[in-house]
Amino acid sequence: MKNDTGISAARPSAGSGDGNAARRNSNRPKYSRFTQQELPACKPILTPQWVISVFTLIGVIFIPIGVVALLASNDVVEIVDRYEIACVPPNMTHDKIGYIQNPSISKTCTRKLKVPKDMDKPIYVYYQLDNFYQNHRRYVKSRNDQQLRDASKANETSGCDPEKTTADGMPIVPCGLIAWSLFNDTYSFNRGNGEAMIVNKKDISWKSDRDHKFGSDVYPKNFQNGALIGGGKLDPKIRLSEQEDLIVWMRTAALPTFRKLYGRIDVDLKENDIITVALENNYNTYSFGGKKKLVLSTTTWLGGRNSFLGIAYLSVGGLCFFLSTAFTVVSLVKPRTIGDPSYLSWNRNPASQ
Amino acid sequence: MFQLICSSPLLCADIFCLEEEDEDFQEKIEALRLKRDREGQIRLAGETTEKKEMAGGRRKKIHFSKFFSFNCGKSSLQDEQQNQIGGPGFSRVVFANDPACFEATNLNYGLNYVSTTKYNLATFLPKSLFEQFRRVANFYFLVTGCLAFTPLAPYGAVSAILPLIVVIGATMAKEAVEDWRRFQQDTEMNNRKVKFHRGDGTFERTEWKKLRVGDIVKVEKDEFFPTDLILLSSNYEEAICYVETMNLDGETNLKMKQALEVTSNLHDDSSFQNFKAIIKCEDPNANLYTFVGSMEYQDQPYPLSPQQILLRDSKLRNTDYIYGVVIFTGHDTKVMQNATDPPSKRSKIERKMDKLIYLLLFFLVVIATIGSIIFGIKTHEDLNNGKMKRWYLRPDDTKVFYDPKRAPLAAILHFLTALMLYSYFIPISLYVSIEIVKVLQTIFINQDIEMYHEESDKPAHARTSNLTEELGQVDTILSDKTGTLTMNSMEFIKCSIAGTAYGRGVTEVERAMAKRKGVPLFSEEENEEDNVVNRPAIKGFNFIDGRVMNGNWVNEPYSEVIQKFFRLLAICHTAIPEVDEASRQITYEAESPDEAAFVIAARELGFQFYQRTQTAISLYELDPLTGNTVERQYKLLNILEFSSARKRMSVIVQSPEGKLLLLSKGADSVMFERLSNEGREFEEKTKEHINEYADAGLRTLVLAYRELDEEEYERFEKEFTEAKNSVSADRDEKIDAATDKIEKDFILLGATAVEDKLQNGVPECIDKLAQAGIKIWVLTGDKMETAINIGFASSLLRQGMKQIIITLETPDLILLEKQGNKDAFAKASKESITRQINEGNKLLSSSTSDSFALIIDGKSLTYALEDDLKNLLLQLAIRCASVICCRSSPKQKALVTRLVKTNTRKVTLGIGDGANDVGMLQEADIGIGISGAEGMQAVMASDVAIAQFRYLERLLLVHGHWCYRRISSMICYFFYKNITFGLTIFLYEAYTTFSGQPVYEDWSLSLYNVFFTSLPVVALGVFDQDVSARFCLKFPMLYQEGVQNLLFSWRRIIAWMFNGVISAIMIFFFTTSIYEHQAFRKGGEVVDRSILGAAMYTSVTRFFPMYHNMIQWIRFDGKGDDPEYCQVVRQRSVRPTTVGVSARLDAKVIHTWINGEAALRDDHFTQVAIVQLERRWVLCPHRVLDLDVGFVVLFCGKLGTTTDEHSMIMLGTTTVTLGTTSSERWISMTELGKTTDELRTTVLDSGRNYELNSGARHEDESSSSSVFDSRA
Repeated sequence: MKNDTGISAARPSAGSGDGNAARRNSNRPKYSRFTQQELPACKPILTPQWVISVFTLIGVIFIPIGVVALLASNDVVEIVDRYEIACVPPNMTHDKIGYIQNPSISKTCTRKLKVPKDMDKPIYVYYQLDNFYQNHRRYVKSRNDQQLRDASKANETSGCDPEKTTADGMPIVPCGLIAWSLFNDTYSFNRGNGEAMIVNKKDISWKSDRDHKFGSDVYPKNFQNGALIGGGKLDPKIRLSEQEDLIVWMRTAALPTFRKLYGRIDVDLKENDIITVALENNYNTYSFGGKKKLVLSTTTWLGGRNSFLGIAYLSVGGLCFFLSTAFTVVSLVKPRTIGDPSYLSWNRNPASQ
Repeated sequence: MFQLICSSPLLCADIFCLEEEDEDFQEKIEALRLKRDREGQIRLAGETTEKKEMAGGRRKKIHFSKFFSFNCGKSSLQDEQQNQIGGPGFSRVVFANDPACFEATNLNYGLNYVSTTKYNLATFLPKSLFEQFRRVANFYFLVTGCLAFTPLAPYGAVSAILPLIVVIGATMAKEAVEDWRRFQQDTEMNNRKVKFHRGDGTFERTEWKKLRVGDIVKVEKDEFFPTDLILLSSNYEEAICYVETMNLDGETNLKMKQALEVTSNLHDDSSFQNFKAIIKCEDPNANLYTFVGSMEYQDQPYPLSPQQILLRDSKLRNTDYIYGVVIFTGHDTKVMQNATDPPSKRSKIERKMDKLIYLLLFFLVVIATIGSIIFGIKTHEDLNNGKMKRWYLRPDDTKVFYDPKRAPLAAILHFLTALMLYSYFIPISLYVSIEIVKVLQTIFINQDIEMYHEESDKPAHARTSNLTEELGQVDTILSDKTGTLTMNSMEFIKCSIAGTAYGRGVTEVERAMAKRKGVPLFSEEENEEDNVVNRPAIKGFNFIDGRVMNGNWVNEPYSEVIQKFFRLLAICHTAIPEVDEASRQITYEAESPDEAAFVIAARELGFQFYQRTQTAISLYELDPLTGNTVERQYKLLNILEFSSARKRMSVIVQSPEGKLLLLSKGADSVMFERLSNEGREFEEKTKEHINEYADAGLRTLVLAYRELDEEEYERFEKEFTEAKNSVSADRDEKIDAATDKIEKDFILLGATAVEDKLQNGVPECIDKLAQAGIKIWVLTGDKMETAINIGFASSLLRQGMKQIIITLETPDLILLEKQGNKDAFAKASKESITRQINEGNKLLSSSTSDSFALIIDGKSLTYALEDDLKNLLLQLAIRCASVICCRSSPKQKALVTRLVKTNTRKVTLGIGDGANDVGMLQEADIGIGISGAEGMQAVMASDVAIAQFRYLERLLLVHGHWCYRRISSMICYFFYKNITFGLTIFLYEAYTTFSGQPVYEDWSLSLYNVFFTSLPVVALGVFDQDVSARFCLKFPMLYQEGVQNLLFSWRRIIAWMFNGVISAIMIFFFTTSIYEHQAFRKGGEVVDRSILGAAMYTSVTRFFPMYHNMIQWIRFDGKGDDPEYCQVVRQRSVRPTTVGVSARLDAKVIHTWINGEAALRDDHFTQVAIVQLERRWVLCPHRVLDLDVGFVVLFCGKLGTTTDEHSMIMLGTTTVTLGTTSSERWISMTELGKTTDELRTTVLDSGRNYELNSGARHEDESSSSSVFDSRA
């Protein structure tokens, strides 16, 4: 800019300031679009065209998905039968807890189900419990995964309180409240013509659970030997990895109302078929007022019957569609230039300064 | 600052005296130092020249003291202080050359090892951990982490501790790295080598850290002093040395130090063989400019003064070697004692964020309480008369946590669990993320190439990272003037010789004033521009006048006066010439730019000062008779120094012809009264010129001389020497009396005018800042007139502004002051100030549309800043568009800053460049240091350092705006995401009877904040831009977003939080509904807890924030490039009450005729008119509504007609007719005569052109693109 020499007069003993150019500019920041914050950026501006087209697009995509999902859900045939009240003998209805806790009373109960629509195999058999807090913190924690996995860790019962050991101090396998409260109602099915339908109880649990979480050399020990019997008993001769009911039960449900898989029936059912269910109503839900339901259901590619997903898609899509039409109408009827400064807050009100 | 800037007191006599009242103490020190310095420099010069003269010969003793009236280090004060030695505060005893003796080891003074690190290996962990857990949030997480090891924990201990470890670890790692760097610096410093006396007269190199108190060290040229030393001797006979104290006070000039005479003969290493002395002195303290001590040498005590002390971190210059005794080592040294941590500042946003965290903590407690109560009830119900309800939970056999029999206790314990569980409401990584983001932001600031100053090679430097967003919220800027707004480079621009004004250069101020007055400057402007192009620019010289340049002065009427004038400029100074051997060019080492400007001016005008010896000054000058350049040598007899009381400086020289001349320059106030009767020939004219110059914002000095006869001189010499040699307390007075006698009967030669140039781009920058709605206050030490002029030049003031001036310079008050009744004066002053402030307030209230400027002087400030008045003052000040405080002391600057900061609760920014601004910078919310030539003190005290004032525009409008936006969005986003996460947990709890079972599994919980969601937030905080830099600058009003804190208002925060709540509810219910008890896999398996959790977690983490950016209408469709459009948008920024170039442009006075009657209008109407020009004669409706009356505007043909003192801008003969009554408000337009295409003119504003393509028609899109768009 100015001449480089001869100006040091104003700066006493500036010394050897007139050095080489490289040194002089040593502090100069390097130019790059990144450091100068000039990278290209996408800053969408919500113009009516944009907003309308985005809304339309969402609507166009979502509505078909919703329709398909809803159809898929509707394809599922589901038979739900609540039985815990009906199975109490009439003379015991006033004392359901007494009924269920009395081992001398037969718990067998017969239910007749009518198939509303054709059901293709496989038909899944679920039991559904209500008001059962499998997600309670005490309950969830009351297990020991090491013990379940490894035969040598049978003594590992930490966290299993209060179902740790038997009265004489022997470790319980599997320990903990979850296993102790194993669901023990049983179902057997007969078709109207008396033909028994076999319930396949193989592979009803997660494969990963069978392979990794429940040991193949672990056998139930001292299970349900205490004074207070919780739920079902286990055959001590069957290894844990094959105790699929237990495995299913041990996967604790997230919500207090849940279904668990009981088995599969590999038979097609026809509409209006009558199914006779012989069930053992062993499990105590009367104490806490829980319901018990038996569910027979088919599945589709989307899983079981749940229209929520479809409805959600449909309603969001529909809303978007509605908005886009509304905006279109507004922008056609009462257009407004974009970026008109007269709409700025300080311009709208001329009285203000 | 002025002490520092005008380090040559001669030239700033006028300024210097102003500060007397306020800075008595500092001034004393300063003056003392200055004297020393000058002495030093002259000696230095004498030395060098002498070397040349007698090469090889033995050095003669240089005795400059003869020429100086004041001998340093010989102060009557000393005696008093000497008595204190040995007393409290003065207990140090140094056994020189015998550091190992028994007594010395007893004293245990410690080695010269310096450690500036905060931690060492042993203390790092506990100390830094302690620092970390002082933060409430961190402490909270520590407590939850500890609780996590108990059975209360809802999740594994690891997942509670891990985020804490990561967060704390990151912060500690940062601390460690910083400290490591400090350690490395220390090590480097400690291991520097210096020669020290090993004994037996041998010197040996050793590390700095090994030095002990009492060691003799030998420091060689250009080495740093390793400790504080007492100078014993140097290679000079007189035992002087030169020291550069750049690291201490930032000053670049050399200071001279001198040893005691008794030790000055110790010239060789061997002479220290048997050297023994005991030094007793003050204890370590931070005062750089004082030192009290005594040295016992050969059983004789000698007093020591600051003159003998060499401070650590200063550098030995121009001296081959020195010997010194170590007196303070390591942390005892003055420089280390001075090292204080800058006050830690926290930004307003962070403070608000803390409140937010407390709010969240409160919510957390609330929901935890709700949960615990429900949990308690449910637990209680589990066991009823021995009957178990939820038998599967075995309520009959449980620990206290779930015991139905002790349900209340269980609930209380559960409360702790819940606190842990919902801890996700508190963003643990927030602080760390903010810190990371801010560091990255400062890197961006430092890297900004547009804030890099090419000439000084200085980029912007954000020294503290925790204030970046505060830069976007500045409401008031408090600015220093000299060196900040102005360049602090003086240019000789005008002079008045023999009653004739020379110099055609146009100052910024003049330009501004001319615009105000309507004086055409066209011709000169053009001339000057031509000249600038043709002439190589010489720094410090901007003088153009053909009459005296290139030797033409010979032909002027008073050529002999002119000759004397320039000769005086060339002789009467203390500068030292430096001849560049190669180019034969002479540069000058002057102590202040003012003085340099004089010598340079003399050189450029043909009186080249080229050599100074201790006894003579040599010039090349033009002989008017022969026209040749001749060499003349003036014998230097005496230098009568400047003092703030004298306000003048004189030299007595003997001309080659043998005439004795007393040459003098000084402030007009003292010089005019010392003129002889026959010397007053040009007095009237000169006074007139001086007033003009002062009006133009120039610094003036009066030059005069007299011839002495031998007799008179001898008498003076005798008296003067006597006075100098006297040791009595009234020595100074005697000297004054002696000089007073001779400095009289001057013959006036003329006056000089030096311009303190505005920095580049200052008016424009101020304009932009004003448009952004930032208030700018100037706090300066200058006198009122200068300050007002600079105000006009820098567009802080403009014509049409009403100036409220508060001053105590009223005749009756001055009279009262002279009477000496201090109490009465103080009372009267206060009354006067109160009255003036009240009047100002009244004036303000009475007018809504006018803009006001408040100008207040330092004396008035002292009263106005008192408790009972300060709020009144503030009220007045904040309603004014500009505030200028003149003659203010550093302390007042800080006080004003504090006043504004605490009472308005808005963000204040202090900007300054000198040591006198340090208080202001530290007091303000943000301190900006100008890293100019002034030294490092302001920069060291600042939060951000920039090289030029104009970078402030970019720093605030671009970086500040962005940073503010980023940080506030980021914090909101943080709270949003944590609320979303925390609330899903809470909602799930409702489905587990609040048992405390988290829906997410442990690792998801712990990694949520530190891993899964941290990067998007940080990215938002570092990269988000609402608009590009260009638009930030184009629409300064965007800045108001930060000032009004729109982005971090409670409304916005609550909105974000509410958004989080909605998101959480949606996510929770959508996922639970979707997965509700039906088979979700092909095998018919149903959803269990972990699946639901995983799904929900995915939703939460994937739920990217919608960018809640406002609709960016500005950028739409390239409209931003449409100047017309921009102007309309900008209309808001340009208010009649703002200041700045554009405001001034708008407020330009235009003659209007209303119903045939001439009237003067400004502000509102003008704005309309300007808008018209730009809007192609289409008025914006909203602006018209602002008008009270309609007008007929007449724009005439061309610029330059002047009527009265108001200017007319004439743009062709177009009339614009507006509705004549307020009810009608209509516009019509008629063209008289010429077409609008011909309406083209250039309006000058502060040297910038604004082209008015006023006649552009609608279809003429291209030509209108430059309309009023200032070309940056």
